[in-house]
Amino acid sequence: MSPLTLIKIAIRALLRNRMRTFLSVLGIVIGVAAVITMVAMGEGSKKSIKEQMTAMGTNAIIIMPNRDRRGGVQMESTESLEEADVIAIRENATYINGVSPMITVGGQAIVGNNNSPTALSGVSADYLKIRNYEIEDGVMFDDQADRMAKVCVIGQTVVKNLFPEGDPIGKTIRYKSIPLKVIGTLKAKGSGDFGQDNDDVIFTPYQTVMKRFNATTNIRQIYANSIGEGYAEKATEEIMGILKERRSWTKPTDPFRVFTQEEMIQMVTSTSDMLSLVLTAIAGISLFVGGIGIMNIMYVSVTERTKEIGLRMAIGARGRDILLQFLFESVIISLLGGAIGIALGIAASETVKIAMNWPMSVSITSVIVSFAVCFTTGVFFGWYPARKASQLDPIEALRFE
Amino acid sequence: MTTETPILSVKNLHRDFKMGDETVHALRGVSFDIHRGEFVTIMGTSGSGKSTMLNILGCMDRPTSGHYILDGEHTEKLKRDALAKIRSQKLGFVFQSYNLLSRTTAIENVELPLLYNSKISSAERRRRAVEALERVGLVDRMNHLPNQLSGGQQQRVAIARALVNDPVIILADEATGNLDTRTSYEIMMIFQELNRQGKTIAFVTHEPDIATFSGRTITLRDGLLKKDVKNETVQDAKTAFEALPPPENFDN
Repeated sequence: MSPLTLIKIAIRALLRNRMRTFLSVLGIVIGVAAVITMVAMGEGSKKSIKEQMTAMGTNAIIIMPNRDRRGGVQMESTESLEEADVIAIRENATYINGVSPMITVGGQAIVGNNNSPTALSGVSADYLKIRNYEIEDGVMFDDQADRMAKVCVIGQTVVKNLFPEGDPIGKTIRYKSIPLKVIGTLKAKGSGDFGQDNDDVIFTPYQTVMKRFNATTNIRQIYANSIGEGYAEKATEEIMGILKERRSWTKPTDPFRVFTQEEMIQMVTSTSDMLSLVLTAIAGISLFVGGIGIMNIMYVSVTERTKEIGLRMAIGARGRDILLQFLFESVIISLLGGAIGIALGIAASETVKIAMNWPMSVSITSVIVSFAVCFTTGVFFGWYPARKASQLDPIEALRFE
Repeated sequence: MTTETPILSVKNLHRDFKMGDETVHALRGVSFDIHRGEFVTIMGTSGSGKSTMLNILGCMDRPTSGHYILDGEHTEKLKRDALAKIRSQKLGFVFQSYNLLSRTTAIENVELPLLYNSKISSAERRRRAVEALERVGLVDRMNHLPNQLSGGQQQRVAIARALVNDPVIILADEATGNLDTRTSYEIMMIFQELNRQGKTIAFVTHEPDIATFSGRTITLRDGLLKKDVKNETVQDAKTAFEALPPPENFDN
């Protein structure tokens, strides 16, 4: 007897017991939908963290003072960064493409009746390429020519907030009562999945911030980018060497901490990998429970349909035909559940994405794996009841009431 | 006796069942032949071995010893699958309790045996099922479900199902046991008609009046063949049916 006919027989048998079929399909649907949604959640946060990292710039390196901790007590920062460090790195480092200090001032920018609660960032011109910003209109300031100049370059969110009529170039904004002339605007970069707005920025020469806003020579952070992927480690060593040399550093501990983008990506992805794993395990358990549901239903079904099995045998069904029929029944249940579950999982992921603004990413792998797991579940949990059915004695089975 | 090869032949058939320490001898050496075109009833009280006999004739059980040759094939040594193939291609069963699949239309029930024969296309299957239903006069009910049919109609569907694979013999097990007299006679009319068209029938029953519709009666008792007689005067089921008092109109 051909498998195709057996599939037809199995489908007919399932249709004869719609309610029971529906309930056992439901178990699998919930399991699979849970797997798809959970994995989408894990993958989504991983992806958005990666995107955020990329938005940070290309092959970025961040240098900041090493805060000395002893016994949980934060000791005073021993070394601080200064402008000379930036210049030394720029002049001497070979694995570095660009370098820029980063000094921020909190406050709001005001133009007439409009204001924008945006932090002011003191940077050098290199900062644009480190962070992947591009000029839309006007120009970027020059490190030497615009040293301490009262100029700024603003992002699109700031343009929207302060200049609703547009055309901000040449106009003046006020930040903490200090007027800054807008000489350029940045191309929109969009926002990351966690809501941070990459266009809500105001850049001004770092010397301007040091001199006019903070009155300090300390630099909180230095941003740099290495010349390419894989050079992060070499660039880090080189920078650390330059910084130590300038200070004739001899202590075994490093004076500064250096984060590379690669490290950070690894760190966050390993955390979110863990999250994905836990979510997937929980979802996997629900799929397993669904499988046991199938086995339960098939087992009851075999007992209930003993007489039918006896009749089928009497009119010529071989043990194998019966085995395959019941196996097909459980596989159809699980695959149907799988298909509906995948659709439901995708729908649920989209709903969560839209309603809760949570980054979700349905992975093709999870869809394929779920489907494969469903098939295996059907075979695995259907096998025992099907085998039991196929080994029935036709005479006994026919006599069964 | 004719000299042609019998369609079915049992020789010195024994069947023992082990029940714990005891051995029950259900059949203790039974021999008989059935020829093509015969209508034989197998009679006996419960415990006579007639059910065991039918199970062996139906290739659902194998004898402990002895021979059973069906349509030229020795069946006593065949494996489960080979027996299933014989059931699928050479035998037709009619049961006391009809054994139709519930929530399945009459035509689908009739098609069922052909599903287990991969050589038959679905169009051929449908054609043959319709033809079988025509022979039992139920073609107008082919899309009815069993619970929409009367007992007699259900049994006729079951007969159509037994006919559909064109078996060499139809085995009926108390096929009128669940029916009233009128319906029983109607069913016997169908069996007689099929027999007239050439079908070989073995009909197990414990009702003596049913046996009078067949051409020959084999009686078993305590696992042995007690009587094997040719009925000189076969009663015509149609005549007998018409002679019955008219049905009381309770439910019309």
